[in-house]
This record gives sequence, structure tokens and C-alpha cells, in this order.
Amino acid sequence: MIELQNMHKYLSGQHVLRGIDLKIESGEIFVIVGPSGTGKSVLLRHMIGLHTADEGKILVDGQDVGSLSDSKLEKMRSRFGVLFQSGALLNWMSVLDNVALPLREKTRMKNVEIEKKANDALKLIGLENDGMKMPSDISGGMRKRAGLARAIVTEPEIVLYDEPTSGLDPIMSRKIDNLIVSLKNKLNVTSVVVTHDLASAFGIADRIAMMNNGRIVMCGSVKEFKASGNDYVREFIAAQKSVG
Amino acid sequence: MIIPYEQDYYPSSNNPIICFGRFWLKCFRSVGRGGVIIIDAFLCLPLFFRYRAEIRKQLYLAGIRSFGVTSTVALFTGMILSLQSGLMLRDYGQEMRVGTLVAQSMCREMGPLMTALILAASVGSAIAAQLGTMAVSEEIAALEIMSINPARFLVMPRLAAMMIMCPVLTAYTDLIGILGGGLVASNQLNVSWGMYYDNALFMLGTKEIWMGILKAWVFSIIIVAVCSYQGMSARGGAVGVGIVTRRSVVISFLSILISGYFITRLFY
Repeated sequence: MIELQNMHKYLSGQHVLRGIDLKIESGEIFVIVGPSGTGKSVLLRHMIGLHTADEGKILVDGQDVGSLSDSKLEKMRSRFGVLFQSGALLNWMSVLDNVALPLREKTRMKNVEIEKKANDALKLIGLENDGMKMPSDISGGMRKRAGLARAIVTEPEIVLYDEPTSGLDPIMSRKIDNLIVSLKNKLNVTSVVVTHDLASAFGIADRIAMMNNGRIVMCGSVKEFKASGNDYVREFIAAQKSVG
Repeated sequence: MIIPYEQDYYPSSNNPIICFGRFWLKCFRSVGRGGVIIIDAFLCLPLFFRYRAEIRKQLYLAGIRSFGVTSTVALFTGMILSLQSGLMLRDYGQEMRVGTLVAQSMCREMGPLMTALILAASVGSAIAAQLGTMAVSEEIAALEIMSINPARFLVMPRLAAMMIMCPVLTAYTDLIGILGGGLVASNQLNVSWGMYYDNALFMLGTKEIWMGILKAWVFSIIIVAVCSYQGMSARGGAVGVGIVTRRSVVISFLSILISGYFITRLFY
């Protein structure tokens, strides 16, 4: 379980997170939506200790992420998989080597086994024929999918997704959504998804939180979210409907 | 690893005392963080064999790719040294001593210094730019999340390659510089090759050679520490990468010159 208690964060003098309280249960798909620049990605980065909170706590299964030693933080992070907005692939390695990297570095598996697992992960996200390509030779959407393959290849307990469907075509977006749901159903993976894509959020979420101006303005099930009387939520839903 | 994912923030101030304090605070912070990265990389050196493929690549970049420019600079440094000192020595009828002067200058100071400056400008800036690009595109953050220590995975192979190549290139620079000096001595100062060679070796002890090699070794560590830290601390896209690349070369140059003086002071 991930728990955020009265979390505040200041970045470059700006009060980015203003007292966030959240509880994300194990095996849950928790989606965070909200306008750009409201601190969603910053919030995600706190959960894995890339940022430390100026006030408040982030607890992962009762352990305060901010007070962990380097070795304990490393151990805690090994339970996570993270998909970054850009995919964050290493540019001098092929797509296959990128996906295989965490297995090569962190396990004692044989090379054949590693390549098989990496190829399986690539197959899951439809990149089975692109493993030997370099990241610079594939599109942004493909890079993101390769990043997702790398995030899940180690079979983590918790996966954090930063805009998993942005830049993808609708068919691929739904495929990624299905993958997130199947990870939950098959492996009981906890997923925290940051997205703008409400269609995707409604399709996969167990619970949705709406962030605005560094605060959680609404948190509840998809049904509660759709029925919410909160002005921001209604405006957000209306804006998405008018676009799509 | 202590890689800051947030830029240090200080509210703007025109107070000179505050600005002075912040400047030194930033300096000490950078030295501390750079030191931690390089110590971390040092501790990972026993994994040399595991990362041999990457180290081989870095050896090629630091050594073979720097070969041409190092040879040219070394040759002309030796020639300039020989010409300048030879003309002055000729006034006293001592031009036959030019070999001693060139050999001493090259091995003690000019060889390691010129090699380190070349490597800082070429290899060091490339390290800063590459790691900087990785930092701004979240690749280093991704490594940390995968529990892959960037100091081990990225810095150690570069450190190992530079620690090998910088002394090797320095020895090569010394040799080419002395040969360049000999060319000028024989053609312009009328000092025979035999005389030049005898004088060059006459005063050249193992102390001079080893001190030069030690300097080169220290310089290589400084270059990797400065450039790796600067690269990893890049923020803010292409502009940020440009800033840290420029800064890494400037700081490396200054650190090489200052530490060069202190190492010489230690031995003489």
C-alpha cells in the first residue's frame, strides 16, 4: 500500500504540492488526472524517492520513503517499475538491450533466458519485430511502449505510469489499457497512472483522483467521479467530451 | 548516489554578501557531490571485467580518437620549447643543453598538462554532454529506478578508461615532444641528435617520469569527476546541457592547473 500524508513540495520557490493525502491499496489501479502543470508527475516521482517531500510523509507498505537509507531505497525501488513520459530509453542500446537491461544488471539469469523474457515483454506491447532497432530509429510512441516493456520485464509489484497513452494511436492506447488491467488481474500489480486521457482512465481505473493546483480536489470510483459535483471535475469531463 | 533531481533554489537577491555566500555554498556542494560520485565509481572498479565491453569502447574514445590531436600538440609543444629555450641558451653558448630543458619540461609539466587539457576539452566535454543529455531526458532517473547505480554503470567505465589512457597518452606526449624538440635542435640550433639525446637523458631520472605519470593519473580522475558530476546535474533541456558542457571544461582546466601546481610542490 502507498500512503501519502499531508505532503507538501516546493520547487524553484513554487508551492507545487499543497497537502496531498492519498491511500493507494495493493492491487488497485489508481488513476490521477488533472490539467498540465498541477504536479501529477512530481507526485509520482515522490513515490519512488526521486524527490523528497518538504513536509509530510510517503509510506510504501509502512516504510517512509524519505527516510530510507540508499541501500533500503534501492531495495524498495526494485519492487517498482516506472514508465516515464518520454520512455527514457538509453540511446546507445538497442530496444531489446534496453528492455533486457534491468535483468542483466540485477539478476543472475542466463543471457538466453534474459533475451527470451525481454522478447516476451516486447511481444506484449507489439514490438516483437523492433527489438534490434535503436531508440533513435523508432517513433516516440514506440519508444514509450519499449519503456513500458522495460518497466514490466522484472515483474514488479507496483508500476507507475506517467502518461502511458499520450502520443499513441487509439488502438495502441486501448492495447496499453488492456495490458495495465491484465497485469492487475494476472499478477495483482498495483498501478498508479498519471494521464490526461479520461477515456483511458474510465476504462481502467478502480479509483480516480483529480488534481488541481497542487491539491486533490476529488477522489473516488469512476462512478463517483462521473457523478461528482466538483466544478473542476465537471469542467475537465466537459472539456474532454468537447475534444473527443 | 547523491544526484539532485531538483535544482538548488535560492530566492533572488542583490545583496553582495548573500551572493558571495551562495557562490561558495554552491562550490562546496558541487565538490561534495562530485566527490561522492567519483568515490562511488572507484568502489565499483573491481567490476572492471564485467564492464569490459564498455571500458573497451571508452578506451577507444579516450585513446585512439585523441591520438591525432595529442601527437600534433605534443610535437609542436616540443618544437616551441626547443626553439624558445635554444635561442636563449645560444646567447650563453649553452644550446647543447636544450635537450635537458625540453625533456625536463615535457616530462615534469608540459606532457601531463597538455594531455590533460586535450582530454578535458575532447573526452571530458563529451562525457558531460552525453551524461547531460541522459539527465535531461530522464535516462539517469530511469537507471536509478531500476536500482542501477549510475556511478557504476556510467562513470566507472569512463573513469577506468581515463585512468589507463591519460598516463599512456602522457608518456606518448613526452616522447613525441622530446622528438619534436630534437628536430628543431638539429635543424635550427645545430645541435646534433647524439648531443641532444645525451643531454635529454642526462638529467632525466625516474622521479621526473613518474611524477608526470602521477600527475596524468590525478588529472584523469579530476576530469571524470568534474565532467560526470556536471553532466549528471544538467537540467532544463538542450540549454542546460550546453551550460554544463561549457562549465565542465572550464572547471576541469582550472582544477588541472591548480592541482598540477600542488603536485609539483609536493615533489620539489
